[in-house]
Amino acid sequence: MDVELRGITKRFGPVTANDNVNLTIRAGEVLGLLGENGAGKSTMMNILSGLYSPDEGEILIDGKRVDFEGPGDGIAAGIGMVHQHFMLVPVFTVAENVILGVEPTGMFDYLDLATARKQVRDINEKYGLQVNPDALIEDLPVGIQQRVEILKVLFRSAEVLILDEPTAVLTPQEVEDFFGIVKSLRDAGKAIVFITHKLHEILEISDRINVLRGGRITGEGDPKSMTENQLAEMMVGRPVSFDVDKGPFKPGETLLDVKNLMVLNENDETAVENVSFHVRSGEVVGIAGVQGNGQSELIEALTGLAHAAGGKIDFLGRDITNVSVRERHRMGMAHVPEDRHKSGMISNFTIYENMVLNTYYEDRFSSGPAIKWPDVLKTAAQYAVDFDVRTPSVYLKAGNLSGGNQQKMVVARELERETKLVIASQPTRGLDVGSIEYIHSRLMGARDEGDGVIIVSSELDEIMALSDRVLVMYDGKIVAEFDATAGPLDKNAIGLAMAGVTA
Amino acid sequence: MTAASTTDLAPDAKIDTHKARQARIYGIVLIGLAVLVAAVFGYGSEGNATFGLSRPRDPWVIPNLVVPAASFNYIAAAVLAFLGVRQFMRGGSRWSTVSIAVGFALATAAFLVWATAGKSFSLTGMLSATVVAAVPIALGGLAGVLSERVAVVNIAIEGMLLAGAFTGALMGSLLGGWAGVLFAVLVGGLFGFILAALVVTYRMDQIIAGVVITLFVTGVTSYVSSQVFSEYRFLNNAPVFRAWKIPFLGDIPVIGPVLFNQNLFVYGALILVSVATYYLFHTRYGLRARSVGEHPRAADTLGINVYRTRYINVTLAGMVAGFGGAWFTLGSVGRFDENMTGGLGYIGLAAMIFGRWHPFGALMAALIFGFADSLQQKLAIVRTPIPSEFLAMAPYLATIVVVAGFVGRSRPPAADGKPYVKE
Ligand SMILES: Nc1ncnc2c1ncn2[C@@H]1O[C@H](COP(=O)(O)OP(=O)(O)OP(=O)(O)O)[C@@H](O)[C@H]1O
Ligand SMILES: [Mg+2]
Repeated sequence: MDVELRGITKRFGPVTANDNVNLTIRAGEVLGLLGENGAGKSTMMNILSGLYSPDEGEILIDGKRVDFEGPGDGIAAGIGMVHQHFMLVPVFTVAENVILGVEPTGMFDYLDLATARKQVRDINEKYGLQVNPDALIEDLPVGIQQRVEILKVLFRSAEVLILDEPTAVLTPQEVEDFFGIVKSLRDAGKAIVFITHKLHEILEISDRINVLRGGRITGEGDPKSMTENQLAEMMVGRPVSFDVDKGPFKPGETLLDVKNLMVLNENDETAVENVSFHVRSGEVVGIAGVQGNGQSELIEALTGLAHAAGGKIDFLGRDITNVSVRERHRMGMAHVPEDRHKSGMISNFTIYENMVLNTYYEDRFSSGPAIKWPDVLKTAAQYAVDFDVRTPSVYLKAGNLSGGNQQKMVVARELERETKLVIASQPTRGLDVGSIEYIHSRLMGARDEGDGVIIVSSELDEIMALSDRVLVMYDGKIVAEFDATAGPLDKNAIGLAMAGVTA
Repeated sequence: MTAASTTDLAPDAKIDTHKARQARIYGIVLIGLAVLVAAVFGYGSEGNATFGLSRPRDPWVIPNLVVPAASFNYIAAAVLAFLGVRQFMRGGSRWSTVSIAVGFALATAAFLVWATAGKSFSLTGMLSATVVAAVPIALGGLAGVLSERVAVVNIAIEGMLLAGAFTGALMGSLLGGWAGVLFAVLVGGLFGFILAALVVTYRMDQIIAGVVITLFVTGVTSYVSSQVFSEYRFLNNAPVFRAWKIPFLGDIPVIGPVLFNQNLFVYGALILVSVATYYLFHTRYGLRARSVGEHPRAADTLGINVYRTRYINVTLAGMVAGFGGAWFTLGSVGRFDENMTGGLGYIGLAAMIFGRWHPFGALMAALIFGFADSLQQKLAIVRTPIPSEFLAMAPYLATIVVVAGFVGRSRPPAADGKPYVKE
């Protein structure tokens, strides 16, 4: 099935998210879609799947014009979308999520889950997905949840699959498996649209590349002949440097000293076990590890969001193990959380409100019980400019920003004040190369000014590029430490430690 | 991670688990109950407590249950103390919840024995009254389940019950009992539909919309009953549905009179709870409804009409509440009085929460509240040392204990109370 988008325009108030876009999608082909944060990729795909309706333009399937009233029509026409933010009901099983909306039923509208399970297994087998139909979604790792999304689309016999940043949350191993699935789908004659910010991925998997900038298609590329640098330049409009500039390594006194830290997860299982480490001023400590090995719980305990079940945390010479979150903020701790939607911002608040969530009570923003909104507005607007948050105004709801710009907003809020220690979890997840370059440079700037920096990332490349020292977490413990100042890091050795192989 | 990995720690590392903390709290509660039971109910009882199980004219008569009051209560206190201490010794085991439930049941039994010591008391009569008292609460709770499962918070249940009671009395007086029930259901559904329109289409705050409906119904029904019904008494004189004894089953001792010799509303509540369970958890439309309550955007991307689903389910919830409202008039006194629902709609909401948003859970919770209610009524007759005003607090006290003690652990539908805005 071939699909053509002709002259699509979509506006959200003052923002033109898509501006006269033309795009062709062909059966048996992977179309890579590349573009900065906010370029309008998700919007365009939401139009194609019927979730949004375009202000202008038309969609043609095999040469015939179609009009979608809602997502149901898109599905009926054979277009399925795997959304950037998963659309799964966490308390339902895999099978229930897959059949939702097209349920097999028996007498008295009885839900025929037995048939559903069997159908899920059949699709599993055909494309090598391997998902247990009876597992609850909330118990599954994101990599598997992703497959459930794909299952959902395939169950509806979609011929066109739109994958919006499917690899942003996957581990390297999961990405490899995922590419295997994508290839088997392509070989089965499906048309696939693949959106990502990772240039090497798009070069590896696509047959054709389209670049979107400011809502328009600005270029077309051939993955066989192009390099990452060329793609990045096409996307951002200027040359992008993949190397991180950082000053000489001049560590100062110890800022953070963690001893025998123990943290439990919600089910009372040990998530962080006897972890000890320290961070000095002017030093970047990278915490590498496959997701789910205790990094999140470790950071939550450091920032005061989780209760430390044992051990001790010293910050600036003071025991802060049981100190409140605000007190930690006041002492100069900054935290860029891993999941910005859950704990980094309030989607329904405006940008300016979000910008002062951690400082609104300070004298510069409030007098007595009243908040000085004019001052807040002025400062927020300045932060937005400084951190290149692309938005028509700070009055916009934060939830309406594109993912990358939300992240820049959070980073701006955390760094634009007196900091001593910056803790950043997955700081560049879902960001385009330009934004990554920018956020990296701000984090390095903090280091060069004498802050201690902790970076948690499942991207090994990011850890290697930024860290002065690398700690590897596996199964709740720190299993290896590497010193980047002594000589170049051994990527292989870190990778093995992440997989739990100890030398 | 397994338990093994927690044992090979440094010996000085102390781990304070959530379960251990909870177990300690349960232990304290149980030991407190043990002290109360021993000191008040054990020390203060004399003679035997006699519990009547059947009436002399029943086809099969079984003898009364005679309990030596003081000994029973001392034994109960000992068991409670054992359970409490056990919580401290080996806290965090999966028996915690069972222990606390058994503990409360024992304490209640001890209270009952103490209150009846030296007298006799019809246990079957009280259980039968429990079921009857549970009906409006269970139906109110079921209405709550149906609407909150599609993420609409329904504070209007109280108003819908009242509207059902009023309509039942009025139409019942004019056209007979069955017509009264029919119109009560229709009027309940109408208010459900209005609630849906306010919160789904006009995105009014769900709490405010519910309160507005309740206030409106309270105002109108109070006005009409004081101004019109007092003049024209024939408008407020409806027939009452009598108990229908189910042949054979109704003759079983204890269970028969409690479950199989009741009126339309008891049977109706049991049937509705079963049907609602089937609907929510075993049908296509139930699955869709629940997905709308958990993740409306996901449902929308799959072509499920979120707005229509909410309209339908909230209207159904209103119909259920309307039926429950008719119980107050057509199921018991045949007459409407101002504000006769007395906050049972809110207790129904508590039953929904305690019942974890499941129809059967709500029914079970309603039975607990109904038990507290019938207990206080029967005990007021037996004459206990406790003033009847205090006993009348029992259902509400039970609500507070249950909601404060257990709600933390049940989880509402994820989108509950949130309006859904389509792009
Ligand atoms: N519902 C909405 N209301 C208002 N503006 C919106 C809405 N959705 C998107 N936008 C705006 O439209 C533009 C395009 O957003 P879109 O999400 O399509 O970008 P994207 O290319 O997918 O970015 P990212 O890579 O960060 O996901 C952005 O400027 C965004 O702020
Ligand atoms: Mg996007």
